[in-house]
Amino acid sequence: MTTRRFWAFIEQEEGHAHPVSWELLGVIRRLASQVREEAEAAGDEVVVEGVLLGHNVGHIAQEALCYGADRVYLLDDPVFTHYRNRPYYKTLEEVAQKHEPEVFLIGATTLGRDLAGAVATALRTGLTADCTQLEMGEVKGSPQKLLLATRPAFGGNIMATILCRQNRPQMSSVRPRVFPMPERNPHPQGEIVREAVSVTEEDALSRILEFVRPEGESVNIEYADVIVAGGRGLGTAEGFGLLQQLADALGGVVGASRPCIDAGWIGNAHQVGQSGQTVRPKLYIVAGVSGALQHKVGMQNSDFIVAINTDPDAPIFDVADVGIVGDLYEVIPAMLEQLAARRKARGSGGGHQEVSA
Amino acid sequence: MFHALVAVKQVPDTTNIRIDPETGNLVREGVPAIMNPYDAHALAEAIRWKRQLGGKVTVVSMGPPNFVVTIREAIEMGADRGVLVSDRKFAGADTLATSYVLAETIQAIHEEDPIDVVFFGKQAIDGDTAQVGPGVAVRMGLPIVTYVVKIRELDLERRRIVAERKTERWTEVIELPLPALLTCEKEIAEIPFAPLPDLIRSLRYDPEMWTMSGPLEFDKGQVGVRGSPTIVFKMGTPPLPEAGEKIDAREVGVAEAVKQTFAKADAAGILDTVLGGAR
Repeated sequence: MTTRRFWAFIEQEEGHAHPVSWELLGVIRRLASQVREEAEAAGDEVVVEGVLLGHNVGHIAQEALCYGADRVYLLDDPVFTHYRNRPYYKTLEEVAQKHEPEVFLIGATTLGRDLAGAVATALRTGLTADCTQLEMGEVKGSPQKLLLATRPAFGGNIMATILCRQNRPQMSSVRPRVFPMPERNPHPQGEIVREAVSVTEEDALSRILEFVRPEGESVNIEYADVIVAGGRGLGTAEGFGLLQQLADALGGVVGASRPCIDAGWIGNAHQVGQSGQTVRPKLYIVAGVSGALQHKVGMQNSDFIVAINTDPDAPIFDVADVGIVGDLYEVIPAMLEQLAARRKARGSGGGHQEVSA
Repeated sequence: MFHALVAVKQVPDTTNIRIDPETGNLVREGVPAIMNPYDAHALAEAIRWKRQLGGKVTVVSMGPPNFVVTIREAIEMGADRGVLVSDRKFAGADTLATSYVLAETIQAIHEEDPIDVVFFGKQAIDGDTAQVGPGVAVRMGLPIVTYVVKIRELDLERRRIVAERKTERWTEVIELPLPALLTCEKEIAEIPFAPLPDLIRSLRYDPEMWTMSGPLEFDKGQVGVRGSPTIVFKMGTPPLPEAGEKIDAREVGVAEAVKQTFAKADAAGILDTVLGGAR
């Protein structure tokens, strides 16, 4: 009997888990279930495991069990107080060599992307970046199901399904918000296994001298519930002022398509799309974006999409729940007016407590 | 003397890529090839330090012979030496095989002429993987900082570099010993205008061509398709989602269009949740 291990990297900073870790556990559980039948027939066992590095992060290991891990390998040491490439990748290389996972997923965050390429190279295995679909599927010539990792290529114009036939683990990185958050089980069964840490401060070859926290408002569009996004059709950078008003009225944030970033109209923290962020808000209002695939792949998982464009044939309407053919400079003021009227009708007079980020 | 090595890649300008609606194939004709923009900014930073400290900049690229154009562009910007690693056997390389060829090449250059800093762009705009820079660092055993927006200090005597790296949370200021590998954001440097002598030199510049037959000995099993653990299983156009309803504001009027839109959002239970959250 062999054990087929399905791994998710549990990302944390300063003792806070990144929610993408739970999204990964949700995906990896589904992948594990797709091979369960085949494994049982062969007398094999399938387990879902998390790997967590950090210092004083036992509470996060516990949380990983709640989100679906059968087992969490915990590597707790002061050398992991802050993320650094070398101590992290060397440690993951070591634990992966010890336990030999079949599949290993890492979040495609700044930290995860820094890490994943290093781990995959150290393990001499294949890594597919920014996957949007993951399945365990049958492939001719392979006795076991393989990970079919689908990702957008060429700026989102093509979907390519990649597989890694021989080398293990089969690795993929997955962006935050591409997959849904799984249910949290408050009474999990799994176990936490503390692993010995062999990497030392000398191995790190780097020292973090300071952290500069951003001044003023920082925007986090990734986990926003409402996004009001604009594109080239705004015509000017000032157009974002109007979008901001609508975002404020809805308690949301402002997003943008790539041409606006390239034109310098707004900072790249606001960018939605293949080369920006993937988002999954409850409401996505998009104005003046024609709908290049580059943008669509970043926002099509939103719960409800309202598109505004003067061109009735704009591709953005293909992904919208409701499309308004019209001038955004007329439509958005009308939206603001009707939202204000609703507020008043609800008698919530002083409804000026906007949610701040 | 400072020696920087910059890895550059030629990419199709992805902002111009279109799909043939009939065949679903990629239309490559007429798509201009450019130097990967992140690489260009990394190169600009390397050249800026060369001008400040004295020394030289070597560029390396792996790709087909037409990548010569990109190397010439680097010379035009102020690079001193260009190496194009090119062989049909390298075709079909994934990021693992690519990092092997680049690491071997850079290591060979380093042994003959020690390198202080290896620069990469943070990613290439055609693949967007951001995997090759970290891969080369691992293979060469170099310390790495990714997503660099600024080099604060580059001290050749004390053999250290201090770089700023931007993450979702903050900017990290990191100190590394030299030699080190950096992957760079566009903010790291503006692309300068090429001085006339560099421009003239670039027109006649022929980069060194390194192939499977020399000067380096590459392991056949680690290059190209053979050295690539991943393969493309299939390609397709993204599935078309179901389109929703379209309301023409020019017909029904703007106020009515908005009213109907909000009614739809209400019916989906969206607006109440959202407005509830906003207060």
